[in-house]
Amino acid sequence: MSCYETITSYAFRSIGYGERLLPKTDFTLCDQFVLIGSGMIWNVYFAVLALSLGFFFAVSLAVGRSSDNPIARIPAHAFIFVIRGSPLFIQFFLIYEAFVLIPKMGWGINLGFIEITVETKWLTKAWLGALITLFLNTAGYTANIFYGALLSIPKGDIEAALAIGMSKRQIFWRISFPTMLRLAWPSYTNEAIFLFHATALVFFSSFPAWRQEGDSLYYASYFADKTFNPFVPYPIIALYFICFTLLIIGLFGFVNKRLNRHIAKN
Amino acid sequence: MSFYFSFVVVLSLLALTVPFILLFGFTGALAQRSGFAPIRWFGTIYTSMVRGVPDIIFFLFVPIAMDQGIEIIRHKIKCSDWSEPIRQGNDFVVCTAAKMPLSSSPQWVHETYGFMLATIAFAVVFGAFAANTIHGALAAVPKGQLETGAAFGMSPRQIFRRIHLPQMWVYALPGLSNLWMILIKASPLLFLLGVEDIVYWARELGGSKTARFAYPHGDWRFGYFLFLLVFYLFLTWISEKFFNRIMHRLSRGQNTAAGMS
Repeated sequence: MSCYETITSYAFRSIGYGERLLPKTDFTLCDQFVLIGSGMIWNVYFAVLALSLGFFFAVSLAVGRSSDNPIARIPAHAFIFVIRGSPLFIQFFLIYEAFVLIPKMGWGINLGFIEITVETKWLTKAWLGALITLFLNTAGYTANIFYGALLSIPKGDIEAALAIGMSKRQIFWRISFPTMLRLAWPSYTNEAIFLFHATALVFFSSFPAWRQEGDSLYYASYFADKTFNPFVPYPIIALYFICFTLLIIGLFGFVNKRLNRHIAKN
Repeated sequence: MSFYFSFVVVLSLLALTVPFILLFGFTGALAQRSGFAPIRWFGTIYTSMVRGVPDIIFFLFVPIAMDQGIEIIRHKIKCSDWSEPIRQGNDFVVCTAAKMPLSSSPQWVHETYGFMLATIAFAVVFGAFAANTIHGALAAVPKGQLETGAAFGMSPRQIFRRIHLPQMWVYALPGLSNLWMILIKASPLLFLLGVEDIVYWARELGGSKTARFAYPHGDWRFGYFLFLLVFYLFLTWISEKFFNRIMHRLSRGQNTAAGMS
C-alpha cells in the first residue's frame, strides 16, 4: 500500500472514517505517522474544548474563592483543594466509575405527569466523560492561578477606580479582570501545556476506546505492542507533541503580547 | 493483604526516586552550566525534550527501551555464537541466557525488576524538571555573595561547595516542593507500567468479577477509588504543611521577602 493510500484510508480513522481494520502486519513508517497523527485529532479536541470551557468556570471559581461571602468561598476553596490535591489519573477512574454507576441507579426525573429517564449512557463514552474530567481538572488548576493573580493586583489601581466613582461591577470588568489575565497569563500558558499533555491519559486510563478509535498514544502503544519496537512509534508521538506544544506557546505568546501592549517595554 | 502492601510499594517508589531525581537534576543543571558546548547542548536538549513531551510517553518508553537495551548487551556478551538477527520482523528475539530477568527466576525477581525500571523512568522524567529548577536556583544566588567568596581567596571549587550550593536551596525549594507534589500525583501511573500498585488492587478488589475471582459483592470500585482520592489528598496536604515549615526555616536571615521579617 502506498503512502497516499494510507493517508486516504487512515487519516480520519480515529473519528470513525476510513478503513475499519487497523494494519496488522508490515507496519511502514507511513502507517505509524498517519495513524498516530489521526489520533492527535482527539488530543486537540479534548485540549481545545476543556481549555476554552474551563476558562469560564475557572474565572467564576477564582472570583468565588476571593469573595467575602462564605457560601461562594468555601465550595470554591474545597473544589480547588480536591482537584489540585489528587492525581488526574485517579480522577479519571473515579469519574468513570461514577458515570458507570449512574444508569444502574435508575436515574429518573419525575415531572408530575410524565417521567423522563435521562440518557446517561454517553457519559461513559470518552468524548463526553473524559472531557468533563479534563474540564473540571483544568478549571481547578486555572482557578488557583487566577486566584493568585487576583490577590496580586496592585491595591492602588482599585483605590483609584473607587476614587473616580466606578461601581463594583465596573471595577471588576475594567480593572481587576484584565489585570488578573495579564498577571496570570504566563502560568496559564504552562497549565495549557500540562493539560494538553494530560489528554494523552484519556484512553490509557479508564475510558475504553470504542471501535479502536483512540487518541495518539492509543495508536502509538498499539504499534509498540505489535512490533515490540518502542523506538519508532514513541519518538513519532513525541515529535507530534513537541510540535503542538510549540504551537500552544506561540498562540499564548501572541495573546500575551496583546494583553501587555499598553505596558512600557524596557 | 496485597492491597495494603501496595501502599508500601507506592510510598517506597516515592522515597526511592527522590535521590535519583536529585542526582539527575544536578547532573542536568551542571551540564547546562558547563563551559564545554556539547555537554551544555546535551543538558539543554535533555531538559527541554522531557518537558515538551507528556510524561506518560516517557513512562511507557523508558522501561521498554531500557529492558531491550540490557537484553541486547547481555545477548552480545553471552551468546556471541547466535547468528540470527535480534529483530525478526515484528519479534524481538534474544537467547534464553540473555533474558532479563531469567525466565527461570522466581516471581519476586520479576516484580522487583519491573519496579526498578519504573523507578528509573520516573527519575529520568522528573530529573529533567528538577534540572530546570536547580539551574534557575543556581542562577538566582546573588552574585555579590559569590564575589565575596572570591575576595576571600576561595578556590572556585570552595565557592561552589561552601556558598553557591548551600545558598541555592532557598531558591530551589519552592520549585522542588512543587515537583514533589507533581511526583505524588504521577505515582498512580505506576499501574500502567505493570507494577501491582494501589490502582491495580483497587480495580481488582473493587470489581465484582475479575480475571481471577468472582466476588460476592457488587461493583465497589467507586468506593475504592474514592478512598484512593482521599489518601492522595491527605498525602499532598501533609507534604504542603511540611514544605511550608522547611521554607520558613530556610528563609531565616535570607535576603528575600520571606526572610526579612
